[in-house]
Amino acid sequence: MDYLYFPGCTLYTKAKNFDQTARNCSLLLGFELKELPNWTCCGATFPLATDNLMALLPPARILASAREQGTVLTTLCAVCFNVIKRTNRLFQEDGEKRDKINNFIEKNYQGDLRVVHYLEILKQEVGFPQLKERVKRPLTGLRAAPYYGCMLLRPFEEMEFDDKERPTIFEGFLEALGAKVVEFPYKIECCGSFQSVGSPDVATECAYKILGSAMKNGAEVVVSTCPMCTFNIDHKQSDIKQKYLDFKTIPVLYFTQLLGIAMGLDHRTLGFEQNFVDPLPLLKGKGLV
Amino acid sequence: MRKLGVFICHCGVNIAGTVDVKSVAEEMGRVEDVAHSTDYIYMCSEPGQQIIREAIREKGLEGVVVACCSPSMHENTFRKAVKSQGMNPYLCEIANIREQCSWVHQKDREEATRKAAEIILATLEKVRKNESLEPIAMAIDRRVLVIGGGIAGMTAALDLAEGGYGVVLIEREPGLGGHMAQLSRTFPDLDPALPGLVAKASAVERHPKINLLCYSELEDVKGYVGNFDLTVRKKATLVDWEKCNGCGDCIRDCPVEYASPFERGLGMRKAIDLFYPDSVPSKPVIDREHCQYFLDKGCRRCEEICPKKAINFAQKDERIELKAGAIVVATGYELYPMERLGEYGYGQIPDVIDGLAFERMLSPNGPTRGKILRPSDGKVPKEMVFIQCVASRDPDRYMPYCSRVCCMYTAKHASFYKEQVPDGQPYIFYMDIRSDCKGYEEFLQKTIEERGLLYLRGRVSRVFQDDGKVRVLGVDTLTGRMVEVAADMVVLATAIVPSPGVKDLAAKLRATVDRHGFLTEAHIKLYPVESSTKGIYLAGCGQSPKDISDTVSQASATASKIQALLSTDKLLQDPLIAFVDEGICSGCGICVEICPYEAREMDRRRGISVVHEALCQGCGACIAACPNFACELRNSSASQTLRMVDTFVA
Repeated sequence: MDYLYFPGCTLYTKAKNFDQTARNCSLLLGFELKELPNWTCCGATFPLATDNLMALLPPARILASAREQGTVLTTLCAVCFNVIKRTNRLFQEDGEKRDKINNFIEKNYQGDLRVVHYLEILKQEVGFPQLKERVKRPLTGLRAAPYYGCMLLRPFEEMEFDDKERPTIFEGFLEALGAKVVEFPYKIECCGSFQSVGSPDVATECAYKILGSAMKNGAEVVVSTCPMCTFNIDHKQSDIKQKYLDFKTIPVLYFTQLLGIAMGLDHRTLGFEQNFVDPLPLLKGKGLV
Repeated sequence: MRKLGVFICHCGVNIAGTVDVKSVAEEMGRVEDVAHSTDYIYMCSEPGQQIIREAIREKGLEGVVVACCSPSMHENTFRKAVKSQGMNPYLCEIANIREQCSWVHQKDREEATRKAAEIILATLEKVRKNESLEPIAMAIDRRVLVIGGGIAGMTAALDLAEGGYGVVLIEREPGLGGHMAQLSRTFPDLDPALPGLVAKASAVERHPKINLLCYSELEDVKGYVGNFDLTVRKKATLVDWEKCNGCGDCIRDCPVEYASPFERGLGMRKAIDLFYPDSVPSKPVIDREHCQYFLDKGCRRCEEICPKKAINFAQKDERIELKAGAIVVATGYELYPMERLGEYGYGQIPDVIDGLAFERMLSPNGPTRGKILRPSDGKVPKEMVFIQCVASRDPDRYMPYCSRVCCMYTAKHASFYKEQVPDGQPYIFYMDIRSDCKGYEEFLQKTIEERGLLYLRGRVSRVFQDDGKVRVLGVDTLTGRMVEVAADMVVLATAIVPSPGVKDLAAKLRATVDRHGFLTEAHIKLYPVESSTKGIYLAGCGQSPKDISDTVSQASATASKIQALLSTDKLLQDPLIAFVDEGICSGCGICVEICPYEAREMDRRRGISVVHEALCQGCGACIAACPNFACELRNSSASQTLRMVDTFVA
């Protein structure tokens, strides 16, 4: 089965490696990500004010146009997923707002689209046991720390993604690839998000705690589902190093990059040049590239 | 034709300010069968009642309508007044012209006056057809069933037994004491909990009027107030308590150990053991789930060692039939399960414990002999975090109510900790401090000042294990800063919830519970210890979270209410209930299905449905449901009601 796919802005720029690896892996796993035509920015945040319908127009437009093409929409970026899934839920539950937005964007979308994350496709459609069988190069010996961040999980009543405090989907995925999962307490803590713009110190501290905790628990690589998180915990590692002298860098990979390695893709197609901390020495050391 | 009297009350200006009472009284005086019509400023006052009494005497009245306030206020007053003159009280009716007329039509005197007259005329129609009725007298059983052997149940049982009533006390666990037996010392006087409790439990055990059934549960209830038929299941202890002398040899020799629920998992118990070390009765029970004999028949050591040959692996549950006139439900509480608290680690972090577990730790007979030690490694914790309002006062996710005792016991806990570990630092996260009972605020202030407790006003967002510590992430809302504490141990003041199984029990008793599962009282202020079902009374935390003082007060209140109920030989019941015209009833049974009080029953022999007089509450559901118009309500018959309606629509 093919899936309608909303990439989002970041996956066309800073996180091309996320996008490309996901598309390539899909083909190997027997499905295609069909990019939504004429997509726009998702709005980047779900509005905190309940009457701020303006901010819901971009995701509503995306949902309405996706419904014209199919019934299931998938995304990779955790932030886009959060905004689109919550907007979809609002369309299902709040008839008044739905009508108002529909009138404004001149659509008639009724909330009858299923919004799923790529990880959910891997778990529910492909199946982790089946995925394990199709792995060509198991990540044996690689100690990987799954970092969820917030956006996949919260608010959990709306996202209904996994257990609110102890999610397991990411762990299941990494185990299917043959990696050794590193349990660490900061795996669902906030990365600092947009604070990295206004108060970079706050974001640096968040990232330092997350990465430090992962490393202390034995992680060799941190795995992310979100370009925002990746910016804070990977691209900002030079800032962390300047502020915390004891800090040692650690590679941060998108989960689809690890999937690519495991599916036997050539490492030159995995976009490692976009990762701030080069994972190649580690992967070479483990015999994975 | 009956000679009727109409008495119109002014209720000061409440009625007379709106209704022209004089003209209504005159109008009523012109009605053919009204022999006397008058008005007075306060009919319910002694002179007012005297007017009614004199009129009955002098005019020979045979029926009375008092036009005044709601019948729930003074119906009884006036019925008593007419009764004193030899009139049947059910020939006196109230016409409500205050709540249903003057108060709601204050701006329209003319209309209000017309409506008041109509209400009185309609009530006259009712009185014309009213029958003289006598209250229904029922024999009562003067014994009481008390469910629950905690401090509430024991207090109620002892009060009742001291009053001379026979009591059956059933307790689910093998010993008395409930949660109070787990406590170390109690606030605000810091008395040790156990000695007083054990003294009370022993008094219960020894009392000649109390039949104590431990390890027993209520299986079935039939009947009604004054006459409950009960079935109690006495679970097999597998030890003959008659023979057992409590020597404890079996406990010593038992090879199986498992985490004790009484010690909240901090200590171990044997597969044959007492409920807790000082348990009353001091007799052991074999736990089938853990006993080696029941796993593979591989061990009979207790049977071999017992000098009294009291072990009986073949013992079966026993069913006991009992009768009682009233039932006390004192089923107590449980703490909100930590397994459901994700942000506090789902109960999986060994050094995060709940308040009762900490009480066990503080208890001299507890798993650590009163020493505060980390469960994970047995070290003395140097940084302690106490979190209040865990799962309480959180309507979005957990319980919306306040659990009442946490503020005080957390202060007590922190104070004991500081006493034992003077160089340790306790942190207390709180929302606000509620110390509204006798001596509480003083206790709290003294504790904070003397012990130097650090109170942080704010919630904790997450707790997790990291580096051998328990990291607590929270906020101090007074400084507006995030707080992170690397604690050695965390104590959660988790919410009080009703003990498991209360909903099933309430269903058996036909008592109601609220949406959280607490038993509901008949009226929160006027009938706080009665349940909405007659004959069922409440005590303790099964009704709502409360401290020991309030629990004991409520238990005593319940006991005295029951003593009043049982002090008469016969129970009088209002006769305004349903009755069946046996000639019309076809025996279809619809009324049996519809009756919410189980008061309708099929008489198979006669093929008709009958009314159980003691159970019928006169709600009228069966009357509306009857397809043949075969049942009616006494003194509210169809013909009466239709005539009243005619008065209004004419």
